[in-house]
Amino acid sequence: MTTAKTLFDKLWDSHVVRSLGENLDLLHVDRLLIHDLSGSRAMMDLNERGLTVRNPELCLSVPDHSVSSLPGRTLASSPNGERLGGALRDMSAAAGVPHYGIDHPNQGIVHVVGPETGFTLPGSLLVCGDSHTSTHGAMGALAWGIGSSELVHVLATQTIRQRRPGTMRINIDGELGAGVEAKDVILHIIGHLGVAAGIGYAVEYAGSTIRDMGIEERLTISNLSIEFGARMGMVAPDETTYEYLHDRPLVPKDAAWDTALEYWRGLPSDEDAVFDREVSFDAADIAPQITWGTSPGQTVAVTEEIPTPDSFVEAELRSNAETALEYMGLNPGDNIAGTKVDRVFIGSCTNSRLTDLRRAAAIAQGRQVAPGTTAWVVPGSGIVKSEAEAEGLHEIFLAAGFEWREPGCSQCVATNGEIVAPGERCVSTSNRNFVGRQGPKARTHLAGPAMAAAAAIAGEITDVRALPPIEGSE
Amino acid sequence: MEKLQQLKGVAAPLPRANIDTDIITPMKYLTSATPDNLHDHTFEPLRFMADGSENPDFILNKPGYRDSVILIAGRNFGCGSSRETAVWGIKGMGIRCVIAESFGDIFFNNCFQNSVLPIRLPAEVVADLMAEAGDDQGNTQFQVDVAARTLTTPSGRSITFDLTPDRQTALLEGLDDIGQTMKEDAETAAFQDKDRTARPWIYELGTID
Ligand code: SF4
Repeated sequence: MTTAKTLFDKLWDSHVVRSLGENLDLLHVDRLLIHDLSGSRAMMDLNERGLTVRNPELCLSVPDHSVSSLPGRTLASSPNGERLGGALRDMSAAAGVPHYGIDHPNQGIVHVVGPETGFTLPGSLLVCGDSHTSTHGAMGALAWGIGSSELVHVLATQTIRQRRPGTMRINIDGELGAGVEAKDVILHIIGHLGVAAGIGYAVEYAGSTIRDMGIEERLTISNLSIEFGARMGMVAPDETTYEYLHDRPLVPKDAAWDTALEYWRGLPSDEDAVFDREVSFDAADIAPQITWGTSPGQTVAVTEEIPTPDSFVEAELRSNAETALEYMGLNPGDNIAGTKVDRVFIGSCTNSRLTDLRRAAAIAQGRQVAPGTTAWVVPGSGIVKSEAEAEGLHEIFLAAGFEWREPGCSQCVATNGEIVAPGERCVSTSNRNFVGRQGPKARTHLAGPAMAAAAAIAGEITDVRALPPIEGSE
Repeated sequence: MEKLQQLKGVAAPLPRANIDTDIITPMKYLTSATPDNLHDHTFEPLRFMADGSENPDFILNKPGYRDSVILIAGRNFGCGSSRETAVWGIKGMGIRCVIAESFGDIFFNNCFQNSVLPIRLPAEVVADLMAEAGDDQGNTQFQVDVAARTLTTPSGRSITFDLTPDRQTALLEGLDDIGQTMKEDAETAAFQDKDRTARPWIYELGTID
């Protein structure tokens, strides 16, 4: 038997408190992120059961789902902000859980706040009552989303019962073409593998394309793991990771940093480690993506046509395509480019970090949002917002006619009342184009930040690489 | 948690793949959700027409299927968001068992936290079950026996399904994970003691002000 281990094996094995047999382990939770939607509820349940938070110092709570993104907002600016955000604040204070409240400069979407503050560390096990917790895997952490009963369990015991998943490695090699972003890479992967391919697997993303990416791009990749069924999607930590983390507010300092660094360097998968499944992609094959349906796997290159249901061999996929096209109000066979849009949303835990905003701003600079199109930029956190403002990105957006808003989940999920109106079409940098996700009957097209910004300028879905040059430039 | 030992009743076929938890529990109901108030909105986009009236084509609206206790669904059922409300909603409609070729992982786990039994079966078997369940205007009875791990169809076919012993016991006895783990807290304390030496940086967070 080989002793070679994958990154996943190392992470898992170092957290086993006790084996419960049948592939089931009780694992230590190093970090728990708590948000206002699932978290407030779970903390209430905990109280009702007469239990307490076992290790409040290993938790961090932040309101994101229910808060308004309106400039000058308070908790009262959104329908459920006061109730959910207020409950989270009060219960966190009572339990001694550190809390970044709505007015704190570090408030933001949990999956943006965790990595950028250094709450998320390589080698750690992190959970959150939110399926996009896979995001944190990009830091070399073992991270996944849990349900509300499990969340109460973690609060009370600082452990979680979990069945060991299989391992899958996705290799992406080569250089990405001009105008192709991390979001395009992961949508392309999901489009090819299908939305159920990752079920039962912990995924490691590897290959030169991933190595060459910055942390924020890797976070985008890991974020969408759950959209093909994988609860965990990770990237081995490397110099890029350490450089990113160094000096962030919550990371270990001085000697503790050195100890940690030595530990982290031992985490990457061993050379001869074997994965249960391995797939490979060539970066050169990837074009800017745009989804056409109501599942993230229903995606095409922006240069392609909207598929006809008949092009799907499998009956189930064919009928899914039919229903999706009807909901989306699209004509199969038409070019996807040229589809008129009403709204553009640049934000969410997928694409609301500084790198994303820079890419969108590069497109927006010197151009104007098309008449009749409403475009929002919602930075992922207070830290992102202030960094972007220090670079003047907000001025670029505002001059181009975008709204520059306060951090939170906002239109990704519309829990805060910020919906896309029925029948409206929105190009969104978020991660879910499900029926009704951005509001009842809202039509969502997922894309990366550059493509989204280009759609705002053109007033229609358009190939970012073919955007007409700005007059007077060149 | 209540026990689940035997189940007998109508099974509703829902042959559609990738039904996500946003369809099962639309986001607008989440902020005020409790385990008991969701059943009227469960499957809303499929169950109701634009004007709010019932969609007569949706299986759980059809005569004979309104009291279904089993749902036979297309593959990747319950994918998407981690919301446990999806299980609460289904359970609130009276469904205690869901059969599909595959499930969203989080949904699958959440079922066991709420005394709902998810059963994974091969695609051909699921297709056969759907045919049998769809043939009868909902008049015939399926049976599930958790102790024996068997599903018996109206035609008398008996199918064995997988269920790990810990989950089986939890369903049969209505056991709750939290109480169990809290009894073993000394082990968690011992783990942390040792771990503080191996990974001190996990426990020494910078300050949050
Ligand atoms: S931004 Fe969207 S996907 Fe991310 S945590 Fe918020 S609601 Fe969930």
